[in-house]
Amino acid sequence: MDIKLREVEYSYAAGTPFERQAIMDVTFTIPSGQYVAIIGHTGSGKSTVLQHLNALLRPLKGEIEIGSRTIAAGRKGKKLKDVRRRVGIVFQFPEHQLFDETVEKDICFGPMNFGVSEEEAKKRTREAIGLVGLPEEVLGKSPFDLSGGQMRRVAIAGVLAMKPDVLVLDEPTAGLDPRGRQDIMNMFATLQKKNGLTCVLVTHSMEDAARYADKIIIMHKGQVYRTGAPRDIFSDADSLTNVGLDIPETVRFQRMFESHLGHPLDKVCLTPEELAAEVSRLRGEMT
Amino acid sequence: MKEKVISIKGVSFQYPDQEAFALRNVSFDVYKGEWLAIVGHNGSGKSTLAKMLNGLHYPSEGTVSIGGYALIEENVWLIREKLGMVFQNPDNQFVGTTVQDDVAFGLENNGVEHSAMQERVFASLEKVGMTAFLNQEPHHLSGGQKQRVAIAGVIALRPDIVLLDEATSMLDPLGREEVINTVRELNENEGLTVISITHDLEEASRADRVIVLNEGMLYTEGTPERIFQLDRELLNLGLGVPFAVQMSQLLTDAGLQLSRRHFNEEELVKDLWTLNFEK
Repeated sequence: MDIKLREVEYSYAAGTPFERQAIMDVTFTIPSGQYVAIIGHTGSGKSTVLQHLNALLRPLKGEIEIGSRTIAAGRKGKKLKDVRRRVGIVFQFPEHQLFDETVEKDICFGPMNFGVSEEEAKKRTREAIGLVGLPEEVLGKSPFDLSGGQMRRVAIAGVLAMKPDVLVLDEPTAGLDPRGRQDIMNMFATLQKKNGLTCVLVTHSMEDAARYADKIIIMHKGQVYRTGAPRDIFSDADSLTNVGLDIPETVRFQRMFESHLGHPLDKVCLTPEELAAEVSRLRGEMT
Repeated sequence: MKEKVISIKGVSFQYPDQEAFALRNVSFDVYKGEWLAIVGHNGSGKSTLAKMLNGLHYPSEGTVSIGGYALIEENVWLIREKLGMVFQNPDNQFVGTTVQDDVAFGLENNGVEHSAMQERVFASLEKVGMTAFLNQEPHHLSGGQKQRVAIAGVIALRPDIVLLDEATSMLDPLGREEVINTVRELNENEGLTVISITHDLEEASRADRVIVLNEGMLYTEGTPERIFQLDRELLNLGLGVPFAVQMSQLLTDAGLQLSRRHFNEEELVKDLWTLNFEK
């Protein structure tokens, strides 16, 4: 299921003296099955775009195609339930949304809300808890007795249990320790590759965008500033610093190395592993 | 000999209804004017320790002394005057409707006179670079600005020690930088003792000294340079390592020569060049 935004515009508090334009003329495609990262400075419009991806916000101008549905400005959107089920959003600090007595009830809430039977919801809950790497024992516990990292996973399981086609992640690892961060990011990458889920990652981490994304969209002042493959995006440091973003650590280090070498390497390396292999290959060639 | 402002001796702590101890036989001192980072994975005992230092928990075993007062119920208000805390979530620590009201709140509670209060509110906001926002509503500020106001609220009470409990973990990279720089200035210019509880390695690497907690126990302590030399050990503890350390390891694994594991990227790149490419 592709998601296409065409010339989308949105303002908060439209028609009041407090009106503030958040995004304008936003056009891009999230191709089915791909991992897309949306990056941009705080206030660049990332979160506003994100809320359009499952019609939580409706465009004031332009239109959004979500699979076979079109959400256009000025038209009333009806029966959006199916869109919301197919595009699951994991908001920032999703553990703040946990509310039920037990982990099982909390995860079942979403699917049952979309009309799934209790039996089926429980089955999905067990699957989802496994996907996020928690043992089934936690199902009977209160979500509030879990650690922060575990609560985050339960909240994510709640979205996965709705079996979305598209998973939208808003800074999903903020506040987690490095291992928890890595585990969760690897989990999303696996879901995207093995289960064919489309992933949209909104992040401040250039390292995560470089490592995981097939496509990057840079937002700046409410507009799309650039889109492209990570290697293209990160090979041009100046265009990033112009909008208050940085190149990933690996690329920065590669540039330092190239200044000794006197010429650039064949490609921009996106992960430290890739750079180490490239430097090693180069030494093999030179000796 | 450096002056001790906090002394923790053989401290253990167990939450009611829980079998495992959250802290086990932890001992260390904090010295006046230093910046101490306490790192550990989620569940390592960091937050329990933070709550103890502010008198929200008392040790099940062992003793804690803060600013010369033993941590017992009678002293808790004296201790809270000595040690101010900045919490994780910038939105959970505002009470005032404007920035200056918010900073004044603690002073009002302590019965500071109005004229002195105005002076102290302004001076505190000056120290965190937020005087341009005196009459702004806190919810209009960015995350980094909110945390700076929270710090101003704490330093207006003139504590000897400020404890940051994951105070930058909910901020974007710029906000984090703002807050860390503010804390660094207060530490250097005002001699404020800083304890930052964090799993952000960038933040920990700015500290004078780092303590690593693991499963409720003090695992090791030392300068950031020394701690980050532990590299794979840190990964096993659920912590990350700085980029240069990680890169050193990967380059060595790929068969390149390095004189040692580097903490600094410039030194690493020079070493890599000299030992492998220079003819």
